[in-house]
Amino acid sequence: MNRDNSYAGVMARKNQIMKHAVGMDYAEFEKDGIVFDYEEMMRKTGYSLDQVRAIERNGNVGETPIYALKNLTKLARIIGGKGKGARIFLKDEAANPSGSFKARRAAVSVYHAKKLGYKGVIAATSGNYGAAVASQAAMQGLKCIIIQECYDSEEKGQPEIIEKARKCEAYGAEVIQLTVGPELFYTFLKTLEDTGYFNASLYTPFGIAGVETLGYEIATWFREHESRDPDMVIVTNAGGGNLTGTARGLLKAGAKDTTIVGASVDLKGLHMASDGQFNRKSFTTGHTGFGVPFATNPDRSDVPRSAARPLRYMDRYVTVSQGEVFYMTEALAMVEGLERGPAGNTAITAAFCLASQMDDDQMIVVQETEYTGAGKHVAAQLTFAKENGIRVERGNPIDQIPGKNIILPEHPSLIQVKELEMDRLRKSYLKHVWKETFTDEEIKYIAAETKMTIETVHNMIHALQQEGGV
Amino acid sequence: MIRIVETIARKGDWIRISNTVLEPHQRAEHLPEDTKKCPLTMWVKGFLLDEEAKINDTVTIRTYIGRELQGTLVAINPSYQHTYGAYVPELSYIGHQLRDILGGDHHE
Repeated sequence: MNRDNSYAGVMARKNQIMKHAVGMDYAEFEKDGIVFDYEEMMRKTGYSLDQVRAIERNGNVGETPIYALKNLTKLARIIGGKGKGARIFLKDEAANPSGSFKARRAAVSVYHAKKLGYKGVIAATSGNYGAAVASQAAMQGLKCIIIQECYDSEEKGQPEIIEKARKCEAYGAEVIQLTVGPELFYTFLKTLEDTGYFNASLYTPFGIAGVETLGYEIATWFREHESRDPDMVIVTNAGGGNLTGTARGLLKAGAKDTTIVGASVDLKGLHMASDGQFNRKSFTTGHTGFGVPFATNPDRSDVPRSAARPLRYMDRYVTVSQGEVFYMTEALAMVEGLERGPAGNTAITAAFCLASQMDDDQMIVVQETEYTGAGKHVAAQLTFAKENGIRVERGNPIDQIPGKNIILPEHPSLIQVKELEMDRLRKSYLKHVWKETFTDEEIKYIAAETKMTIETVHNMIHALQQEGGV
Repeated sequence: MIRIVETIARKGDWIRISNTVLEPHQRAEHLPEDTKKCPLTMWVKGFLLDEEAKINDTVTIRTYIGRELQGTLVAINPSYQHTYGAYVPELSYIGHQLRDILGGDHHE
């Protein structure tokens, strides 16, 4: 075969390769102008909640336990003062076969690939999702290739990413490891084309439908054990699929009044595609480098239209620092007896601060944990940070500069979330879809995409025009 | 730790190869300067298909799932070397601090 395998050549075939590798035609859901029928895509190409539950049960996924974190709640009450300190609950997603909630997404994607007759699945990910796809592929008898961004140009890699490669290989996957750069996508496309395997993207309707069970399980558990819905569910946010799926599941269960909060680690100032800065961050996922760009421009993913659209569901978006997450990881082990991986503890760090500000009759749910082990451990990650010239010190996390230092809070009361303004994110979204004029249908679409009223969308457009457009 | 470092690989041995995917001049536009000057390199593991090879030889492998790939042999019987890291003394106050705040019998 005489295919043009240059960078430009492969990228030019992107749509054609994807169409074959995802097995669905996104054009079907494209409407006039910027309008795209998201719900129709989820209905027509996804699976019903009951089907997903059956698929996951068959893959030993889901129905994970929920724990009341009594000591962290007590601590939040001491810090919050009289009448404050919501009860903190934890959904232990580390209990899934591959050690994270990602098994939910993988179970449905691999099932779907098998149903369509694909011989194998490919996922481009440095993270837990690779392990999840490899685990489900092993269980369901498909071949699996994981492509990960792993090393800097000196072949130095974060212990966390190397651990995840180990886990993928333990499940019999082929792991292609690459140096830093967005051309991972080029290798991904070329491998999809070479193999004819299924693109088990994180962002297909199957992947997102897989997470809906998480929200559904939370709602039903609280109704059974606490006789009402939780006041707040907090989600570690990266590409947005975790938040989207969980929120959709809660809504499907009828939990309409539960506040949905996204939480990311603040890595402001670090460039995601920089070889030199690659090893200067401790969190390879769950940080603002993914969280903000994907929220404000969801279709920048590896499928034409992303099913992860966090702005549709998010009520608040907060950030915490690396040092605060490491502190809380240690706290979870020391006073709750739960040793879990640091990256998955982003949401619990934010939850601890928010709980101390909420009333003591309220309930907040942290909807995920991830497994830990060599490489994915506080000590491994802090040792690696020090080796890369990052100062690890005790003090006030407010003084932390990503890439320079990691500050472990002197006292738990110094754990403070930073609020990302939702309207700024919404405005940024609007700038991505900006055009001269919008039709009524487009305004309605933007309102649904950003969880705003039609009137607010009009006001925001007007304000942007006053500022001279974009 | 027992580490056996092999120098000759024989047919069927589990090895690691490396490849240049894109030379610096072939890389995508709009990359940060530090990334742009490096080649895009890849590593992958598999069983050696050649009769015999040594480090730095160009070889063909069959990956675990059966794909044939070519590259430079960089390791024979590659093992995982990541660990729990060194003891981090900066973390040692956290457990005691929290148990103090919660009181001696903080378990409800």
